[in-house]
Amino acid sequence: MSKDVAVLGVGMHPWGKWGQSFVRYGVKAAQDALRDAGLRWRDIQFVAGGDTIRNGYPGFVAGATFAQALGWSGAKVSSSYGACATGAQAISVARAHILAGLCDVALVIGADAAPKGFFAPTGGKRPDDPDWLRFHIQGITNPTYFGLYARRRMAVHGATQRDFAAVKVKNAKHGLHNPNARYRKEVPLEEVLSSALVADPLHLLDICATSDGGAALVLSSMDFARKHTTDPVKIAAVSTVTPVYPNTIIEMPNLATDSKTGVGLPELGFKESIAHDAYEEAALGPKDMSLAEVYDLSTALELDWYEQIGLCPPGDAEKLLRDGETTIGGRIPVNPSGGLASFGEAVPAQAIAQVCELTWQLRGQAEGRQVEGAKAGVTVNQGLFGHGSSVICTV
Amino acid sequence: MKTHVPAVDGLFTMDPPEPRLLGTRCRGCGTYFFPAERTFCRNPDCDEDALEEVHLSRTGTLWSYTSANYQPPAPFVAKDPFEPFAIAAVELEAEGITILGQVADGVGVEALEAGMPMELVLRELYQDEEHVYFTWNWKPTDGAVGGA
Ligand SMILES: [Zn+2]
Repeated sequence: MSKDVAVLGVGMHPWGKWGQSFVRYGVKAAQDALRDAGLRWRDIQFVAGGDTIRNGYPGFVAGATFAQALGWSGAKVSSSYGACATGAQAISVARAHILAGLCDVALVIGADAAPKGFFAPTGGKRPDDPDWLRFHIQGITNPTYFGLYARRRMAVHGATQRDFAAVKVKNAKHGLHNPNARYRKEVPLEEVLSSALVADPLHLLDICATSDGGAALVLSSMDFARKHTTDPVKIAAVSTVTPVYPNTIIEMPNLATDSKTGVGLPELGFKESIAHDAYEEAALGPKDMSLAEVYDLSTALELDWYEQIGLCPPGDAEKLLRDGETTIGGRIPVNPSGGLASFGEAVPAQAIAQVCELTWQLRGQAEGRQVEGAKAGVTVNQGLFGHGSSVICTV
Repeated sequence: MKTHVPAVDGLFTMDPPEPRLLGTRCRGCGTYFFPAERTFCRNPDCDEDALEEVHLSRTGTLWSYTSANYQPPAPFVAKDPFEPFAIAAVELEAEGITILGQVADGVGVEALEAGMPMELVLRELYQDEEHVYFTWNWKPTDGAVGGA
């Protein structure tokens, strides 16, 4: 049985700091996705919402919140959360319903209205919650982890702060013509290097901001799609893997890794396993990909992803970047959308936005940033507390 | 005289100058946990639920490091005025576990280098009327020099 589902429609609310409700961003994105699919809200049988945890109760039941805002229609609903991987959770639920024959057509929506500055844990004293504990007892924020990985990359692979800054320069260029990007301005290397040091060796412009934004997809069975369109973009795989014990690389929000003592190490590390699972499911490999959208929470993390999704062997990411292979026009453009560097992070919308970009690219509609002849693309992302997220789209 | 207490109970011993982190070790498979896991062994191939309390090694090697140049938000209790600090990830050899912690006062990132030996120390985190609250820090072992 084919595991393909069709992407009939995509839509986004531009990223920014708009000071409005996340519901508004999600509904706008959903309306655009419906229009793009040539369908009406009443046609949708299932709504999969990606939750936001910073917008009160409506955010915890995002699926129903969006359904009510669009007008109660009796559609079935789900709401899921997986931190930065929330969007992949929502896509996965919608896709599973379609593949199981429980519905023909589904709407996936994620949106966020984000706070300014550092993400902080939710309130109350909770020593058993690793997210609370790391802030309270050691002052460890999200950029702490980005800084640790970046310094490790410098020690092991000889990366430099200039290499990291070059990722920002590339992504800023890619994002220039993306109407949904928040930052649309070229950033010279020196500007990154002279921005404030936040988490050594990373500067302010190496680290992504937090943004408001919304993204939505209309997904359907291939049978349903054939009645509405020809040659739709397809989702060929969705990976939502968790780590395999022991996870020996320190990971947000933990204060410690698992122990290597007394147990065998898994074949693949967690981050390496995320896209690997999607490649296996799609029966495709990194060489089949025309582009990738990776989660550049920091510039240095983008370089780690090159290796973790198999674009090059460990230690070669800097060379791949310097050779222009990951720039539009190169062998495997990475983050042609502009990435988080141009968007900032709107947590529950981000993994959905990655699929919007793949869809526009595979349709040849990514004006000003088109990867010529794109046939297949991969997204990858990771949510704290062990949420893998990777989607492969083909045409 | 204020009483010296850990900022959170059950994570480390209050034994200056040689504090120890408190973990557990599975009697079945030998894997370690920090913070202590007291309910089940988290090794998926191990059914053991007998977990013994252990003091983890006080020394390890620096896996990586970074800094906090801006004040972290609550529930961190920052000094006033805020002073930037370094943060270390230290690998304990015997336990095969990497543990994060602030680097001791006065030691900045320029003094650190991956692979250097580090040891555990205690440092005041904040105070109230009756107590001084402590946490653990990592400090380059005496004589260790980094930052080539
Ligand atoms: Zn065990």
